[in-house]
Amino acid sequence: MQQLTTDVLVVGGGGAGLRSAIAASEANPRLSVTLLSKVYPMRSHTVAAEGGAAAVTLSHDSLQAHFDDTVAGSDWLAEQGVVDYFVKHAFDELVQLEHWGCPWSRQQSGELQVRRFGGMKTERTWFAADKTGFHILHTLFQTSLKYPQINRLDEYFLLDLLVHEQRCYGVLAIEIASGELVRIVAGAVVLATGGAGRVYQFNTNGGIVTGDGMALAYRHGVALRDMEFVQYHPTGLPGSGILITEACRGEGGILLNKDGYRYLQDYGLGPETPLGQPQNKTMELGPRDKLSQAFWHEQQQGRTIQHPQGEVVHLDLRHLGQRYLLERLPFICELAKAYVNVDPVKSPIPIRPAVHYTMGGILTDANCATSIAGLYAVGECASVGLHGANRLGSNSLTELLVFGKVAGREAARVASKPHSAATDPLLSSLTEQALAPLKRLQNSKGTERWHELRQQLAASMEQGCGIYRSEAGLQQTLATLGQLKQRYQQLRLGDTGKAFNTELLHALELGFGLDVAEAMCQAALERKESRGAHQRQEPSLTKRNDQDFLRHSLAFYQTGSEARIEWQAVDTSLSAPAERRYGGQPQTDKPPKETS
Amino acid sequence: MPSMAIQLQRYLPERDSTPHWQAFNVEYDDSTSVLDALEQIKAEQDSSLSYRWSCRMAICGSCGVMVNGVPKLGCKTFLRDYPKGLQLAPLGNFPVEKDLIVDMSRFLEHLTAIKPYLIAEAAPQGQPHRQTPAQLARYKQFSNCINCGLCYAACPQFGLKPDFLGPAAIALAHRYNLDSRDSGKAERMAQLNSDNGVWGCTFVGYCSTVCPKGVDPAAAVNQGKIASTLDGVIQWFKPAKASRNKEQR
Repeated sequence: MQQLTTDVLVVGGGGAGLRSAIAASEANPRLSVTLLSKVYPMRSHTVAAEGGAAAVTLSHDSLQAHFDDTVAGSDWLAEQGVVDYFVKHAFDELVQLEHWGCPWSRQQSGELQVRRFGGMKTERTWFAADKTGFHILHTLFQTSLKYPQINRLDEYFLLDLLVHEQRCYGVLAIEIASGELVRIVAGAVVLATGGAGRVYQFNTNGGIVTGDGMALAYRHGVALRDMEFVQYHPTGLPGSGILITEACRGEGGILLNKDGYRYLQDYGLGPETPLGQPQNKTMELGPRDKLSQAFWHEQQQGRTIQHPQGEVVHLDLRHLGQRYLLERLPFICELAKAYVNVDPVKSPIPIRPAVHYTMGGILTDANCATSIAGLYAVGECASVGLHGANRLGSNSLTELLVFGKVAGREAARVASKPHSAATDPLLSSLTEQALAPLKRLQNSKGTERWHELRQQLAASMEQGCGIYRSEAGLQQTLATLGQLKQRYQQLRLGDTGKAFNTELLHALELGFGLDVAEAMCQAALERKESRGAHQRQEPSLTKRNDQDFLRHSLAFYQTGSEARIEWQAVDTSLSAPAERRYGGQPQTDKPPKETS
Repeated sequence: MPSMAIQLQRYLPERDSTPHWQAFNVEYDDSTSVLDALEQIKAEQDSSLSYRWSCRMAICGSCGVMVNGVPKLGCKTFLRDYPKGLQLAPLGNFPVEKDLIVDMSRFLEHLTAIKPYLIAEAAPQGQPHRQTPAQLARYKQFSNCINCGLCYAACPQFGLKPDFLGPAAIALAHRYNLDSRDSGKAERMAQLNSDNGVWGCTFVGYCSTVCPKGVDPAAAVNQGKIASTLDGVIQWFKPAKASRNKEQR
């Protein structure tokens, strides 16, 4: 088996991984940095983010206001010290990206342009038309080419972490092109492997978003935090789930039910704002959890619209006019035309909620360190504590940059210090253990097909762990997951080759997904309250219950049985829990102090 | 649902000595893309079929294939538009690795060679540069390249001479050369002026026709030729002077 040695290993080539690799290289230019990714970095799903990245920019905005919006958006389940650090470093990171060449949209004067976004009190979302994630990702990728010490392993698949007595010594990976195994021994490992949205059916996520890093850290004993909080983006295309950015509503787009009625005013987000005059934190600019929940209620009431690919409501942009749409939302125009044959200049776009983002993830401290020495996690795969029970749109692109830098710097710091190296016998023994699931898969002579299992996983999660949950539904999905795990042991692979065996990789991803999905359901079952994106249907559980559940859930992997859930205190040292309020409340010029 | 016959070029490197065609039938409706059809074949008919994909929304650049001989993104090409049937093959001009997967390493080398990053003197401390919408518009379209490689599959020159930097790399170099914040043009011109740079292009223009994102690499090459000529003239009179596009700052 080939063995590579590196000081810092970053797994994942999206925004968080690239930012980490650059930060590690800058923190100590003498270190060797390896960037491993299962796809070429510019294919990573950061590429699909559209709307923008948040940072306090305008003179009448304030760090306090961004903090308050984020904490209220999280339904008080964010780590407030982490949010405070985030809002203070957001602007500098977006400027850094500007200095690296990101083509941010501009005002006539040449100054940066900011747009409105859901749940944000003031315009503070930087954007590059409606392809912000694409431009951030390509800017970071292209900038990373400046650093000769960054060695890329493109199209290498992470098989397992090499962990012994709470210390990470590196990873085992498959070179996808050849199918050969590679052991990478590293002084520090950063997981930046993205979310797990693909355990669901209706998805804004690309096929690669399968929870790989989450599952591996979890299997090695690191807690997954707040996994019950899964964000449904309110505006995905029917059928495909392709993302139609929140910026559509930031620019003034409205949501209509089958009666042409702006139904959000019935869900605590009103009063109705005049057409073409969007108002922050009101109506269509409410937070994503509340908008997706409103759709669910409209559907229950029979007020959604029949579309060949399911129930939808309408996102109407027509009043914005062709010229403005082509300037601000050109990609949306392209997507609507290609995938639902709608010209947004002339017709409303059919949309429905689709799974978008995993708020929870690998538990880290504020420095992105996990409970395993030498192992860091950052970005959507991690839970540094920024998003709590509901993420605000445009906070996650900034998160990749702010915490990507922290993770890279911390990994470089640890890798620069003398650290114990694993002996060859230890590495061999860890490698042997890491190979077990792969060998089982390759030798399995069962009759089950990965594709069927994956479909059933996705359908079952949608059914039992969707926008609204109940004990009965969650138990049903947990039972299905149990059966699927059994059947997973009986898989049969049709492709027995080594080169580009994508069936084998999909089967491994399915194994990761089953573990992550189980953690989501178990945490959702035990959180007997409604908060943010987690809504319970039982009449006694429809309200937030701070008395018992102003706490993070921690899911711990249990071999052969369901996840064990523990609870962790939330940092509320800066802002006492209060009611989340949106809609036509008095808006003051001063940053709001949202106390009850 | 109606069904359609698809001819697929297969190549399993551990089994086949050369690529060969295999016929499949897929069901489709108005929304079925080429990528959906491939997924259907892999799930239901032959799980060894291999291809790259991820976003399904024409932005990640993974799923380029030849559709009836024309380079296309599989996710943005629909069966409804091919009532007479489909022939799918790996992107032309690249070495085939397995089925529809090609070796992109040469493409990545060319991208890297042109220094596709901002080369700037001191940036304003802690503040963004000013850049007007007009200055942004000069380079914006060239920054929309998704690195899918379709233009390389369309480029006869790259097919004949893989050392040719090719449309996407030249367009990206042009993108940075045109950026008002950049002063690295002189460093890039060495590559662009070389035999494998802009002068390698025979101006067929097919690269721009096949681009799924409306980028016009042929224009970048052509403007690059003018820049290259000027560069030569300037160097003739004023040798060894760096930072040539300061006037744009």
